[in-house]
Amino acid sequence: MCGFGNGNDALIPRVGVITDIRTETPDVKTFRVVSPEGGKLFEHMPGQCAMVCVPGVGEGMFSITSSPTQREYQEFSIKRCGVLTDMLHSLSPGDEITVRGPYGNHFPVEDALKGKNLLFVAGGIGLAPLRSVINYVLDNRADYGSVDIVYGARSADDLVRLDEIREVWAKAPGVGVHLTIDREQEGWDGHVGFVPAFLGELGFDADRTALVCGPPVMIKFVLSTLGEMGFGKEQVYTTLELRMKCGIGKCGRCNIGSKYVCRDGPVFRFDEIDELPDEY
Amino acid sequence: MQELKKRLCELLSDGTVARVLGWRRGETSFDPEPAFFGSAEELSDFVYDGFCGANLSKMMIEAARLEGKTAVCLKPCDTYSYNQLIKEHRVDREKTYIIGVGCRGKLDIDKIRALGIKGILSISGTECDGDGDTLLIKTVYGDKSCKYADAMLSRCHVCRGKEHKIYDEIIGESRDTTDGDRFSEVEKLEAMAPRERFEFFRRELSRCIRCNACRNVCPACSCRKCVFDSNNFDSAQKANVDPFEEKMFHIIRAFHVAGRCTDCGECSRVCPENIPLHLFNRKFIKDINTFYGEYTAGEDAEAKCPLTDFDFGDAEPGDVTSGR
Amino acid sequence: MMGGIYGISKDRLEKLFSALAAERELYLPVMSGGKVNFSVWEEGEDVRLDVTKTAKSPKDAFFPQFETLYTCRTEEGKLKIDPEELCRREFVVFGMRACDAAGLRVLDRVFLSEPVDTFYAARRELGTIVSIACGEPEESCFCRAFGIDAASPDADVAAWFSGERLLLKPQTEKGTRLISSLSEYLTEADGAEAAIEEEQAKIRAITEKLPYSLLSLEGWGSGETKRKFDSPLWEKLYRPCLACGTCTFVCPTCQCYDIKDYKTKNGVQRYRCWDSCMYSDFTLMAGGNNRTTQLQRFRQRFMHKLVYFPENNEGTFSCVGCGRCVDSCPSSLNIVKVIKAFSKDGGDE
Repeated sequence: MCGFGNGNDALIPRVGVITDIRTETPDVKTFRVVSPEGGKLFEHMPGQCAMVCVPGVGEGMFSITSSPTQREYQEFSIKRCGVLTDMLHSLSPGDEITVRGPYGNHFPVEDALKGKNLLFVAGGIGLAPLRSVINYVLDNRADYGSVDIVYGARSADDLVRLDEIREVWAKAPGVGVHLTIDREQEGWDGHVGFVPAFLGELGFDADRTALVCGPPVMIKFVLSTLGEMGFGKEQVYTTLELRMKCGIGKCGRCNIGSKYVCRDGPVFRFDEIDELPDEY
Repeated sequence: MQELKKRLCELLSDGTVARVLGWRRGETSFDPEPAFFGSAEELSDFVYDGFCGANLSKMMIEAARLEGKTAVCLKPCDTYSYNQLIKEHRVDREKTYIIGVGCRGKLDIDKIRALGIKGILSISGTECDGDGDTLLIKTVYGDKSCKYADAMLSRCHVCRGKEHKIYDEIIGESRDTTDGDRFSEVEKLEAMAPRERFEFFRRELSRCIRCNACRNVCPACSCRKCVFDSNNFDSAQKANVDPFEEKMFHIIRAFHVAGRCTDCGECSRVCPENIPLHLFNRKFIKDINTFYGEYTAGEDAEAKCPLTDFDFGDAEPGDVTSGR
Repeated sequence: MMGGIYGISKDRLEKLFSALAAERELYLPVMSGGKVNFSVWEEGEDVRLDVTKTAKSPKDAFFPQFETLYTCRTEEGKLKIDPEELCRREFVVFGMRACDAAGLRVLDRVFLSEPVDTFYAARRELGTIVSIACGEPEESCFCRAFGIDAASPDADVAAWFSGERLLLKPQTEKGTRLISSLSEYLTEADGAEAAIEEEQAKIRAITEKLPYSLLSLEGWGSGETKRKFDSPLWEKLYRPCLACGTCTFVCPTCQCYDIKDYKTKNGVQRYRCWDSCMYSDFTLMAGGNNRTTQLQRFRQRFMHKLVYFPENNEGTFSCVGCGRCVDSCPSSLNIVKVIKAFSKDGGDE
């Protein structure tokens, strides 16, 4: 009588096998996940998220760090900051978790961003959602204009995947990589200072579209720096992070104004955020 | 009420207090809400009548964090809770001006509805200074009436007396409302066979919707963060996953407030499912009286509770199980 | 057969219930411990179709307070996920009211929109609703303010008490099927239209006299976020709120839920249960909490029902005026007081 097969409910996860764990920084690890049969768990777009769960411990929404152009697997860069992430950090390759998704919208790589000069601004673990877009853009290089990546962290050790940044991104054609750390450090000959100030020093023309991810305080100052450079709010994208449970805009938790961050986000343009009540 | 209101205005205007904690007139004559008043002008909405049953003492925890003194209206039974909160260092006596307000029993709209009275538009005869014993009830289905006593909260029928245990001044007359024995319901439960008693509580608690109203209203439940709200506590928290969980919340709560519960009856008043939650607490009170001698939590702000005080004459655990 | 009206005398209702319950689960408003709630009917229970409002809304027949989604277990070192079977049993909810039925339409907008909540959808498909017109509306009822007619409830079968009879009128195919299966107990009620119209006129006349029926929702709805959100009125309104979940749990339209794990002998049971935006941990996460005060949480509940939900749902409010929150709030706060406070000065103060 019910015309619904079971198991296709968006709340039912799939088993995911961890095939690789990379330690990126003292508190960030990247987990590579495939389905038990091998291959990707699902197809996704850059900026989308998934619910990662250690049964009996907890479940949380994490952005998918790998680019959709990566055909074999999905990756999640996860910072240790609570019960679930502690547990995830204690796992080893071969361990199983559950994953459901992908959820939410994505960066408009196929329309609004196409042909545009792109400016990525990231702080700390905020690189995770942007990494997916950056690699997508580099794999479809001809579709986009210039690419600049401004990335900062507390220290050189906290820069996630410095090897890829230096070896792949910095060497890609038409890509400018600009790194900074908060405080002087032995062995670091790059820039020292906070991301917003560094961004101001670099001084980009406002003929770009900016994609900004990082701690809320960084986002706030980056936005004002971008404003000073002449960027309009409709030229800036970011992601919001709120408590989420269902991932499909029904459980009510991530509701702000008429938006559900898990369904209508996590990617928002700043002029859209301006319309929301100040509660994020 | 006019005398009370006048006095509260005075206290505000002469600077004795920065605010008043009392009740604000609602949309009807039977839904006043607890409220803070900051000025004589705001006090125009102040009300104190038979439907002002809420115990305001717990809101004084919040008031203790506010600038200046707060005048609070406490009924005789509420003063026990306030004393207990002093004892637990949850409120600031120095920042409190207690007006002991008279009480002739508080009303329960559900009791009136249970009499089959529907579509209630207004109720008169609820004044605290009135001496009538009949409520006149206007409804969309015609005028009705009922006895004041028949519309009273159950707790008022077993009131411990209308003496304020702590106050700065008293305004208004009280009237004795006790017409039953406080422990008779407990004795009925004690007389039951264990299986029968278990069945009684199972049936009652099966209606629990885990809304937490009993906990949140309870002056003894003043933990900043309840163990049931902790993510590290392996309980289902918001759902009665199984019959065990269904009872666990209430049983743990009853144990936690044992010796501190003043029997104010707020838990049962607010329960949307009419569960007689006060019975758990009252059983504890009766047992404490039996095993350690008469003790009334909140009678004063100093006396130590037998459960947190050691004495060589204390009952041994074996005495309790054997029912010495 | 559709469109006809069928009657049964009140004293034969018990027999009708037995017949209904023999074939399927039957939910009825039943008195227990001084409160009337919908529960699965068993012989001898105190059925109270005369009580206008159950303490809890009947939503848990479709969206239970607690339900298992799947169980996760380890088999030979491998994780296995066993999704919970969807509801397979047919059931009837008998004695809902117009507001309750309208409440389900609100839940439909949430759970039946893509991606469909299959657990809810299965129950919705298998459940047949019999709604009774409200012969004696209560003072806290204000369904009329939301354009709901208590005299002609939305349901598979609409019903009216008329003298000593209950008149039943199937309004959907499902309702027609139900009525056909009960032909042994029902008689075709010729000329019952007039009796229904008479009852309807009576109900509508009473509804007009109810104190909150004329509650105006002007100033609420889509596009009102900025104006309402920053109003100083919230500070005054939220104060007595105990932060309990009574209003949300008795509400027919509140649909927020939590997803949690429960460890059992046979693995980890993943379940969902009702949650309340009034609870302090509702938006708490490892990285922080975006609503840390009760004022914010209180505001969220009403803004969601009266502004955000209509914005996403062609103007439909997420309140049906059943008034259960009015009856049950321990501090006598409610949506009527909120709406009225704003209508006095628009919230700008």
